[in-house]
Amino acid sequence: MDVSALDEASLAGSAVNIGEIMQAIAEHKGCGTSGGSGKASCGSQAGQGELPTEIWEKVKNHPCYSEEAHHHYARMHVAVAPACNIQCNYCNRKYDCANESRPGVVSEKLTPEQAVKKVLAVASTIPQMTVLGIAGPGDPLANPKKTFMTFELVARAAPDIKLCLSTNGLMLPDHVDTIARFKIDHVTITINMVDPEIGAKIYPWIFYNHKRYTGLEAAKILNDRQLQGLEMLTERGILCKINSVMIPGINDQHLVEVNKAVKSRGAFLHNIMPLISAPEHGTVFGLNGQRGPTAQELKALQDVCKGAMNMMRHCRQCRADAVGLLGEDRSAEFTTEKVMAMDVKYDLEMRKAYQAKVEEKRVAKVAAEQEELAKLASEMSGIKLLVAVATKGSGLINEHFGHAKEFQVYELSTTGAKLVGHRRVDQYCRGGYGEEESLATIIRAINDCHAVFVAKIGGCPKSNLLKAGIEPVDQYAHEFIEKSAIAWFKSYLERVQTGEIQYVDRGEAAIRQSALISAA
Amino acid sequence: MPFKIIASQCTSCSACEQECPNVAISEKGGTSVIDPKKCTECIGHFEEPQCVAVCPVDNTCVIDTSLPRY
Repeated sequence: MDVSALDEASLAGSAVNIGEIMQAIAEHKGCGTSGGSGKASCGSQAGQGELPTEIWEKVKNHPCYSEEAHHHYARMHVAVAPACNIQCNYCNRKYDCANESRPGVVSEKLTPEQAVKKVLAVASTIPQMTVLGIAGPGDPLANPKKTFMTFELVARAAPDIKLCLSTNGLMLPDHVDTIARFKIDHVTITINMVDPEIGAKIYPWIFYNHKRYTGLEAAKILNDRQLQGLEMLTERGILCKINSVMIPGINDQHLVEVNKAVKSRGAFLHNIMPLISAPEHGTVFGLNGQRGPTAQELKALQDVCKGAMNMMRHCRQCRADAVGLLGEDRSAEFTTEKVMAMDVKYDLEMRKAYQAKVEEKRVAKVAAEQEELAKLASEMSGIKLLVAVATKGSGLINEHFGHAKEFQVYELSTTGAKLVGHRRVDQYCRGGYGEEESLATIIRAINDCHAVFVAKIGGCPKSNLLKAGIEPVDQYAHEFIEKSAIAWFKSYLERVQTGEIQYVDRGEAAIRQSALISAA
Repeated sequence: MPFKIIASQCTSCSACEQECPNVAISEKGGTSVIDPKKCTECIGHFEEPQCVAVCPVDNTCVIDTSLPRY
């Protein structure tokens, strides 16, 4: 166990939680710290905080690098990179389904020219789309010509759009200079291990230097190349996010080591994601019954690592052709057929004007949160709990319970409200009637939450939620998430103090594995 | 005997197309197809046939026994 984890563990057990007091002091200084060990993580939380201005400028409009930005700004992926150079036991790219949403899945691949047309079409329709990523469906750097050709064309046609890519890292060292030259200032590397013994259980083979390598040898080459690539990128000031798939029994404990290894090499953000595994995916892990982690297991691991560096909690593990805010997928609106038929005019001024309005809302949201937080200052309770929020963006509680395709999960304590995850669900309401089966699934998905915040909710799901011990809250409809959650938490603490209610620990929650039943 | 690609198993990822030293592979009808006249089984180029080594689906790039050896 590392020192910071020890600190947290010993603090958690003591009667007076110094970590929380330290956090409360830090909050009053205007900086949101989420780590108990004094590490500032303002950057991926709210506002600039202690982040150097040059880094803040890079991440502030990037939904994947800034939790705060992801409520307001959208991203898109273009599927120009079908080939891959490694085999992962959690991946099967033959699978495509419009209702599936996970990495490696794509409905159609694009040429660089088609991709640019699509980028311009999306940029005109969704002016808050600020980021273009290439993430597959294979590996962008196993398709360097198509990948860099796309970046070049987009940079010329839409120079205000940020470029980023996501790679397995095998070919990364060979392309770092090109990445720097194309001004790609965000690179994500998927690193699941720093120990070849563990790697051999995740990667059956790699293709490198015209040869297929297997077993320990494959895992060793892959890991060396990943870490070398990471070092080369951070030396050049390129921001790196590390994605790690949490595979219970294989690398779950080991990801703490991975976290240390990537932090020491200058990674900016660590994104530990749950394994998505079901037999119908046809992956090795899906077929051999390897399970994914529960929501609690995932959060516990993320919490251990957060003492060391910024953790991403808002990743939606999106498709290689996703379009829109992270929580939504509008790719069906932008099929090649539809895009080619569109008359696209790229209007930079319109985009700038729209984004300026987004910024105004964003400032108002952070200010409202700070104001509400000040009211919590005198509270000394040690209670920490989770709440689920139905939102369709802009940081507002603006989705009906029955229409939600996901719930964002916030952890509430006297230090404030922090996004710690999200749960995908099937829509409860379909064409005017509620589905009892999907209600049970939704309750399982948010079973660890004390309350669910919605814009509106019907009588039947309301009473079922209450029966399950989850309080439906609709009094903050169309208000800011954090501000409302803090206000509700304050009244919750008061109700506990007066004895009106009793604080009880909630149970486990399930992370959705299979495709959504209803069409997006 | 050149290699051929079993169309029903091909994911059309084009990884083989990029690796083939003979530029013998192209996409036709939604899958990758090897031109048997150009395939050399990678003899003289590499230790192992590149399409076989890079293909994500095992037993998809196979020897076409109906044709004479290279």
